[in-house]
Amino acid sequence: MVDMAENNRAVIKLRERFAADIVEVKEFRGEVTVTVTKNNIVEICNYLKTALGYNLLTDVTAVDYLGKSPRFQVVYNMYSIPSKDRLRVKAQVEEADATIDSVSGVWSSANWLERETYDLFGITFAGHPDLRRILMTDDWVGHPLRKDYPLQGPDREPYKGRLS
Amino acid sequence: MAQKETMTVNMGPQHPSTHGVLRLVIELDGEIIDKITPHIGYLHRGIEKLSEHRTYHQALPLTDRMDYLAPMSNNLGYVLAVEKLLGVEVPERAKTVRVITAELTRLKSHLVWLACHALDIGAMTVFLYCFREREKVMEIYEKLSGARMTSNYYRVGGLSADVYAGFEKDVQEIIDTFPGFFDTYEGLLTKNTIWLQRTVGNGVISAEDAIDAGITGPALRGSGVDWDLRRDNPYSGYEKYSFKVPVGEKCDTFDRYKVRLVEMREAVKIISQALNDLKPGPVLADLPQVCYPPKENVYNSIEGLIHHFKIASEGFAAPEGEVYQGVENPKGELGYYLVSDGSNKPYRMRVRPPSFVNLSAIEKMAKGSMIADLVAVIGTLDIVLGEIDR
Repeated sequence: MVDMAENNRAVIKLRERFAADIVEVKEFRGEVTVTVTKNNIVEICNYLKTALGYNLLTDVTAVDYLGKSPRFQVVYNMYSIPSKDRLRVKAQVEEADATIDSVSGVWSSANWLERETYDLFGITFAGHPDLRRILMTDDWVGHPLRKDYPLQGPDREPYKGRLS
Repeated sequence: MAQKETMTVNMGPQHPSTHGVLRLVIELDGEIIDKITPHIGYLHRGIEKLSEHRTYHQALPLTDRMDYLAPMSNNLGYVLAVEKLLGVEVPERAKTVRVITAELTRLKSHLVWLACHALDIGAMTVFLYCFREREKVMEIYEKLSGARMTSNYYRVGGLSADVYAGFEKDVQEIIDTFPGFFDTYEGLLTKNTIWLQRTVGNGVISAEDAIDAGITGPALRGSGVDWDLRRDNPYSGYEKYSFKVPVGEKCDTFDRYKVRLVEMREAVKIISQALNDLKPGPVLADLPQVCYPPKENVYNSIEGLIHHFKIASEGFAAPEGEVYQGVENPKGELGYYLVSDGSNKPYRMRVRPPSFVNLSAIEKMAKGSMIADLVAVIGTLDIVLGEIDR
């Protein structure tokens, strides 16, 4: 199935221009995922938007692979309204340097989505115009969607089932 | 020397026109809006975190608690995402019932939107009429799933049960009567001078800005972008039905109102086609590894009981991988991004919330208008805080 991913128009173009940044190209259930290093994420996103027509940034989120290196993957789900196809770009972010450049200058929809990722994962978006917590309160300590954040919260005993 | 002085006004979190617990801090220059800072998160329940600790079946009821005005549409996106992850094919009858119920949900959601939007602007009659009609959809919901709002009717692989006897008759009644109700609403509003003054030219956002801001759904189509996931990336058998995708021209609140009203009429057409298409057959895929066994087996045989216990407690393991499934919710594109590590629980479930992204454009839409028009902008965005905060 690798061929299908390699024949994707965006993958061909990205391989030409950003060969050094591409870590992996994967295809699963007809969806193409391109994993890149975080260094040129703004240039890559800008190129995908302006040259390849991915004009709608559907979603920005992250996945915490606790215990693996790099620990975080920042996930950009994008969509091209003219050609009606999707592309997923993932950028690798290390725990020690949990920061990545903001793409809010490319798509303004990234503004709140990056704020949410910062809030729940603690990944800093450099160059973001207004990086504040959005779902949790301003004085909250910790980032709830990290895998090492306990489900019941930091200051409570874990739920052990019903007592009766 | 005239000096510009702004006043800060707090709106919400308990305000009738914020449709939930939304707080807006507004900076005003006289009556003109200079800046809006939304504060959200009051309803945050950590649904994404909770789902990481539940099996795929157990995470399903969390989803209809997000957009509580359109529960079945939320369920639909989730089950489609899990089915995509598993590579499961759903029986034809289940697909058709899903389309009928998802479109009924669209009617239900749009009726609440119209009711509250009209009430915010001062048209009380429409509010009462819309809730009267919504009740008919709620009755079908209750007969199907036992609940009026938290339906949890779909299952991974199909439906929890076949439709009740008389379902076709109830749906046919909606098909027959609802277009007349829509005429009533249009009669009350479309040429109403007050309505026109409050909505025409209000909350304008150009197509380019709307795409840039990530707006999806009827709000994007109101800005003239001809894009609908049901037509352009069909799922659950939507490719079989013919329907129009309405678009606006002037990108204002009135055009978005027109778009949603046409969408309601088109939803009735889709329901009508799907009802004609409804053929007898199974409603759950024949996959013992994934699906619950039929109830008569559970009650009458030990194998069935063990099977049920295994699926309910342990669930099923999904193959390693990641999928994204977007569906055209009444509010916009609702997406589920599932990451599986091969275990029986989602490693990560991300919900792409349409209302959250749509709300982020509020400043762009309301800046420079009068504060009284802000309630019309909130109404036209059609937000649900349960889904914004998750």
